[in-house]
Amino acid sequence: MSSSVPEQVDLPGPPRGSGGRPAASREVSGRPPWMLVLPAVVGLAFLVLPLAGLLIRAPWSTLPQRLAEPQVLEALRLSLVCATVATAVCLLLGVPLAWLLARVSFPGRRLVRALVTVPLVLPPVVGGVALLLVLGRRGLVGQWLEATFGVTLPFTTMGVIVAEAFVAMPFLVISVEGALRGADQRFEEAAATLGASRWTVFRRVTLPLIMPGVAAGAVLCWARALGEFGATITFAGNFPGTTRTMPLAVYLALETDPEAAIVLSLVLLAVSVIILASLRDRWANTP
Amino acid sequence: MTLHARLVVTRPAFTLDVTLEVAPGEVVALLGPNGAGKTTALRALAGLTALSQGEIVLDGRPLHTLPAESRPIGMVFQDYLLFPHLTALDNVAFGPRCQGVAKAEARRAAATLLERVGLADRATAKPRHLSGGQAQRVALARALAVRPELLLLDEPLAALDAHTRLEIRSQLRRHLADFDGATVLVTHDPLDAMVLADRLIVIENGAVVQQGTPAEVARRPRTDYVARLVGLNLYRGVADGARVKVGELLLHTSEQLDDAAFVAFPPAAVALYRTRPDGSPRNLWQARIDGIERHGDNVRVHLDGPITAFADITPAAVADLDLTPGQRIWASVKATETHAYPA
Amino acid sequence: MFRRLSRWAIALPVALALAGLSGCGSGRPATSSASAPASAAGGAEEVTVFAAASLTGTFTELGKTFEAAHPGTTVKFNFGSSATLAQQITQGAPADVFAAASPATMKTVTDASLAGSPTTFVRNKLQIALPKDNPAKVDELKDLADPKVKVALCAEQVPCGAAAVKALDAAGLKITPVTLEQDVKATLTKVELGEVDAALVYTTDVIASGGKVTGIAFPEADQAINDYPIATLAKAPAGDLARQFVDLVLSPQGRDVLTKAGFEAP
Repeated sequence: MSSSVPEQVDLPGPPRGSGGRPAASREVSGRPPWMLVLPAVVGLAFLVLPLAGLLIRAPWSTLPQRLAEPQVLEALRLSLVCATVATAVCLLLGVPLAWLLARVSFPGRRLVRALVTVPLVLPPVVGGVALLLVLGRRGLVGQWLEATFGVTLPFTTMGVIVAEAFVAMPFLVISVEGALRGADQRFEEAAATLGASRWTVFRRVTLPLIMPGVAAGAVLCWARALGEFGATITFAGNFPGTTRTMPLAVYLALETDPEAAIVLSLVLLAVSVIILASLRDRWANTP
Repeated sequence: MTLHARLVVTRPAFTLDVTLEVAPGEVVALLGPNGAGKTTALRALAGLTALSQGEIVLDGRPLHTLPAESRPIGMVFQDYLLFPHLTALDNVAFGPRCQGVAKAEARRAAATLLERVGLADRATAKPRHLSGGQAQRVALARALAVRPELLLLDEPLAALDAHTRLEIRSQLRRHLADFDGATVLVTHDPLDAMVLADRLIVIENGAVVQQGTPAEVARRPRTDYVARLVGLNLYRGVADGARVKVGELLLHTSEQLDDAAFVAFPPAAVALYRTRPDGSPRNLWQARIDGIERHGDNVRVHLDGPITAFADITPAAVADLDLTPGQRIWASVKATETHAYPA
Repeated sequence: MFRRLSRWAIALPVALALAGLSGCGSGRPATSSASAPASAAGGAEEVTVFAAASLTGTFTELGKTFEAAHPGTTVKFNFGSSATLAQQITQGAPADVFAAASPATMKTVTDASLAGSPTTFVRNKLQIALPKDNPAKVDELKDLADPKVKVALCAEQVPCGAAAVKALDAAGLKITPVTLEQDVKATLTKVELGEVDAALVYTTDVIASGGKVTGIAFPEADQAINDYPIATLAKAPAGDLARQFVDLVLSPQGRDVLTKAGFEAP
């Protein structure tokens, strides 16, 4: 549009939201309305300022030696491994669940959809207790697991993964279900007229179409799993090397050494931001 | 590979009930206004919409008991629905792959088909990089790749701009001529139907109102919708020899008929006069101008009166006659320019 | 064009918002939720007590006693991990009294000159806590060294964990717990649910569990006694009332409530 040229020119002039007057109506797509921009900026500040607080208080001088502590790397590695495996578990179970909720109508579907969000609402510590009651040594399923396979989940790395998957799965399911609802089902019909079975349709048409939604869900899921604290410490306990993930290490450090807690938090933040940013680039390049 | 189908689909506010016969190699167009049920009929043939009643028999085998993926059909959708994540080649190879053909072979077959539709050089393009005409041809190739016995096309040209449409229409006609199965295509465009189909089936409100070759339908429309499509003024009346009584007006025709009859004449056959013309042509009536609009190079005048009619006249004539809406005027049609046929 | 525009539209308000928020930050002091209407409500007065989580039961009871003795006064409690409470106080939380579960956490507050001199008002000793059915047949402390016995301890960073390390050192035992819990309640929960065969928790926690776990005292616990200090805070908004609450805790009546809960007199 040719109208873009004069607009660029007068940009630096008006401060803030002085454009909320009728003059703005001459270009429909011109200035973003201040009623949106202002809360957006406050929202952003609200999200970012605590991070700034951490950065300001970080003990930069002792940072290298703190990072070199083997316990830090151990916790970081454990966190990344557990969050990734938990995300894989969520994908494996959550995508089919989302599909069921989006595409199959069955009695009680609303209830099931509400139940899926339970881990979101439940305080994570309560979630951890609930997991103990079911999968713990004396839990309904846990008892049987131990008797039949000799497997106990609490206090094991597997337990961390279970706790993280429990808490993080709703993020994946909700996001994938939304993607499924938004996807044009006529592509699936087209595939059916080409002879594709329902499974083939799902695998070769539906899944690729909702991939952005799946990816977004997986990212949320992974991030949530990475930061998981309450359910993990309650269900899986806290022991260096097997179950002490970064958030647990951060919490304990906070008891005695707040500076160490800040360092650990920053490490966790930096690593997750780097990983997510690099993944995002990859997706952006091959959509 | 004769298709015989009776399609009944009952919805709360709508019932589709049509019967079709399509011979091998024949192209049948379902023509009708929006909401007539033609797409529903096509979806029912494909197995995407369930039949409430009826049957679909292809070459003696019932199809209506099979799910869509098991029917020997190929379908081209209105907006093509090419899988956005697959290249043109993989879109075309999709069907054969689903039928269990090995990947390399499916791709070879797909490449051959793309070549046939003239898109060998676009094989690696994703659908969003294809033009409308290219996407249409990929969609056709994809539907043909499953070697269907019944080819279904839903408004195959509707999404194209006028220029592309002309070119693709003639290409599509060639490909349909090469196809030896039965073809059913849905369109609301009479030109597409005339050019592409061997036979037209006109559907209105869920029922067949007329069928026949394009020439028959164009010459002898039987409903207002068809008459409008083929550009004729159409009246239903009672014939008595070479005269048909339409409402209060008696129209003289060149054919001899009895009982209920249709009379049709083209808008260009209508002449307009400010005052009652001398020499009194056989068919003369006084009309009121209801509207005036451009129609191609001419001007179309909407006439109200004992019969409603369209008259196509030249812009010069409009100026000469100084026509304005609401004005009263004389209209006439020569008996030799009318066409009467039994209703 | 849109991008260029939005960058400007965002940059300015960000700057303003940052400025505004930092302005708010400096004026923070006494307007937090905990103490609010004290003086304003004319006559009604309020004491805010920050106390270690292990004091929840006893202090709630003492709070009621205090309110009964001082009509029109309410005692508000903030129970939590002593370390967290200490941090809240150093960050300016408006508290009148601080009762900590360890001298170390109290020290962070006194070091910041935020509290008067603390008094040790009770001591807490460790016990071995066992599930009712005692599946691992634990009788004494050295049984915990058996690798087949699943043991939960508090993490070393929290007082009960530090005490556990001291006691085990005194006994010359090396044990490998399956978990190092973040606080004593979490440790106790693991025993209550039968997820572990034994844990080291405070006597008070065993009593507070109301019979859901069995406690066994052991001699080495004497080497790891935990002192609970209490102090009024320097800026106590309630002033005198704060001192009176501390007096109640230190009185025979207060001690009675505390010892019934399993605490020992200092």
